[in-house]
Amino acid sequence: MAAKMHPGTVESAVPRLQLLDEQGTVHEDPTFSPFVEDVDTVELKGLYRSMALARRVDEEATSLQRQGQLVLWVPLRGQEAAQVGSAWATEPTDRIYPSYREHAVVFHRGVKPGELLQLFRGHTAGGWDPNEHHVNLYTMVLASQVPHAVGYAMGTALDRKAAEDAGEQVSETPEAVVAYYGDGASTEGEIHESMVFAASYDAPVLFFVQNNQWAISVPFSTQSRVPLATRAAGYGFEGLRVDGNDILAVLAATRYALDKIRRGEGPVMIEAETYRMGAHTTADDPTKYRQRDEEEQWGTLDPLERLEMFLRETHHVGDEFFDSVTNEGREMADELRADVLAMVPPTFDEFFDKAYADPHSLIDAERAECLDYQAGFAPQDDQDDSGSEGAHA
Amino acid sequence: MKQLTIAKAINAGLSRAMEENPKVMLMGEDIGSLGGVYRVTEGLKDRYGAHRVLDTPLGEAGIVGTAIGLAERGYRPVCEIQFDGFTFPAFNQITTQLAKIHARSDGNLTVPVTIRIPYGGVIGSVEHHSESPEALFAHTAGLRILAPSNAQDAYWMSQQAIECNDPVIIFEPKRRYWLKGDVDENQPTGDPFSAAVVREGQEATIVAWGPLVPVALAAAEAAREDGRSVEVIDLRSLSPIDFDTVTASVRKTGRLIIAHEAPTFGGLGGEIAARVTERAFYSLEAPVLRVGAFHMPYPPAAVEEHYVPDLDRVLEALDRSFAY
Ligand SMILES: Cc1ncc(C[n+]2csc(CCOP(=O)(O)OP(=O)(O)O)c2C)c(N)n1
Ligand SMILES: [Mg+2]
Repeated sequence: MAAKMHPGTVESAVPRLQLLDEQGTVHEDPTFSPFVEDVDTVELKGLYRSMALARRVDEEATSLQRQGQLVLWVPLRGQEAAQVGSAWATEPTDRIYPSYREHAVVFHRGVKPGELLQLFRGHTAGGWDPNEHHVNLYTMVLASQVPHAVGYAMGTALDRKAAEDAGEQVSETPEAVVAYYGDGASTEGEIHESMVFAASYDAPVLFFVQNNQWAISVPFSTQSRVPLATRAAGYGFEGLRVDGNDILAVLAATRYALDKIRRGEGPVMIEAETYRMGAHTTADDPTKYRQRDEEEQWGTLDPLERLEMFLRETHHVGDEFFDSVTNEGREMADELRADVLAMVPPTFDEFFDKAYADPHSLIDAERAECLDYQAGFAPQDDQDDSGSEGAHA
Repeated sequence: MKQLTIAKAINAGLSRAMEENPKVMLMGEDIGSLGGVYRVTEGLKDRYGAHRVLDTPLGEAGIVGTAIGLAERGYRPVCEIQFDGFTFPAFNQITTQLAKIHARSDGNLTVPVTIRIPYGGVIGSVEHHSESPEALFAHTAGLRILAPSNAQDAYWMSQQAIECNDPVIIFEPKRRYWLKGDVDENQPTGDPFSAAVVREGQEATIVAWGPLVPVALAAAEAAREDGRSVEVIDLRSLSPIDFDTVTASVRKTGRLIIAHEAPTFGGLGGEIAARVTERAFYSLEAPVLRVGAFHMPYPPAAVEEHYVPDLDRVLEALDRSFAY
């Protein structure tokens, strides 16, 4: 679906890549089709499974939030193809810098839903060790993570050069970095600086923007007159625009981009055009700013339904597979719910230890003051706690 | 022992850090071929290569933001901000990211980025080239702040900041860049996050840092000629602050004057005054007094001498203190 155009726009166009259309028909593209040539039924089922499980977790988290078990939830519904397709193309060593809605990306890379939900339960601002899965943490200040991705990418290139200069064996697959952000975030100045730095240093980084048409209540036409992908040319690197609800197009474009990036040809940008089918967060009310018919129109473009149709009609995948995914999703959701209810909240004084890496005199003094103050209440606290196992649930 | 200017001492400190650790790199505007507008990094690009001394594109958020990513990759970047007043395009990266990533990651990530900021006034320049924004950063948990006042500290603090696993901002006293002093390259100064008694005295204490330390010392000398014995503390670290050293001094002298170039209102002097009053209330012979700049944007060069505290303003505060 085409976005509304800003009046007075000087057109600047980048063709929109689509490989699997809304009717489930595959189109050939000489540049991009070869990147998904090897995607067989088994792999397509894997892609579908990842998308469907992410959606099931999303639904469970929304209901956990409604029941007061999470402080907030950020639904991803509608963006599964953009997220799974792009993450699928990465190597486990490629560093990912997510924004805050990339649940399907982080799950694909090994972060457990229960780890992520610690953040949304209000137990941590992080949730996992970024060095374990090479997935950085959610960053709530829009666009702030993007220059970090560029710097990290600069570091991977420096490391590789240093190793080569020292005559050391280097991996055949150079590392790449993926920075995720949204159409709203694309307006932040840090995106501009990130692109300039990435271009100047040929940083091996992919700028992956999910244009879900909305930044809370503000439509895309307020952020940009032209597709965001066109901006890449202004920085001197390639920008691709894809149907973000077409998993094959997203996968092909991301593989193409990462190949190019690994060859040392510098950054690439991908704009995946998709739609935030749900509310911005569980605290949002989209009826205040967008029309039901727009939602309905995009509803017909659901990325899961498109892939399901393709699997059923072209790859003859039957109910058995879809039922098994549904069952797996249910089990996963039950497990997640149990995990969330069993989470043990952190104690306040732990946070003194996390503020700094090295010893710090003010932290030591304030921790001692705080513990001393709390100790004054200790006997009462003990009484309150006794026999209230699971009180936090 | 070597005689070096503060600028040359920083240069030597950075150079030594780069020599000892290949992960140390410098980033900033005009710091490579030009050696920085104050020539602090002169010669380092030739010595260590353009891949370790980056003449970056012109964007402070980009400089600090990419430095964070490099630090997450295992590097120890040192960013130069060209002038104090140009720190603010990077304010978001410094306060919402750099300061918080260690805590956000429950301690899993460290971001040992050093940010060097030439700061302070009385250099006869134009707007935004003379500011003292240290309180804005001291107020942000997760950052550390150093303010060397002499060549020895400049040499060692540059290296200690880089070695520190937390982000460190170094406010460099730009009007004293050419002040010479002894540098002992074999004898590191101790804990950089501690204050130093730089002149002993019995009747009053002046706390100062960076460019005002020589002013405080001159005030103590002038007071001696009037028969008064004044102690001077070089605070050295602005976050954390070594309150123990300051409190011990005030317990002895009973009087405290805090002098800084930043505006008095909301400045670090207020924090020091409050802590010392809490800890040494019964030792105080007079209220703690602050000498700082006025609550206005830094004025044009023609009148800046009235804005930044000088010897006379510190002496006047001493007189007021002794009058109690
Ligand atoms: C710097 C900053 N400004 C404002 C916000 C509040 N905010 C959170 S999400 C959001 C909209 C973001 O839209 P977009 O980048 O398109 O991402 P999406 O939510 O659509 O995934 C806003 C304004 C923020 N988190 N950070
Ligand atoms: Mg959006």
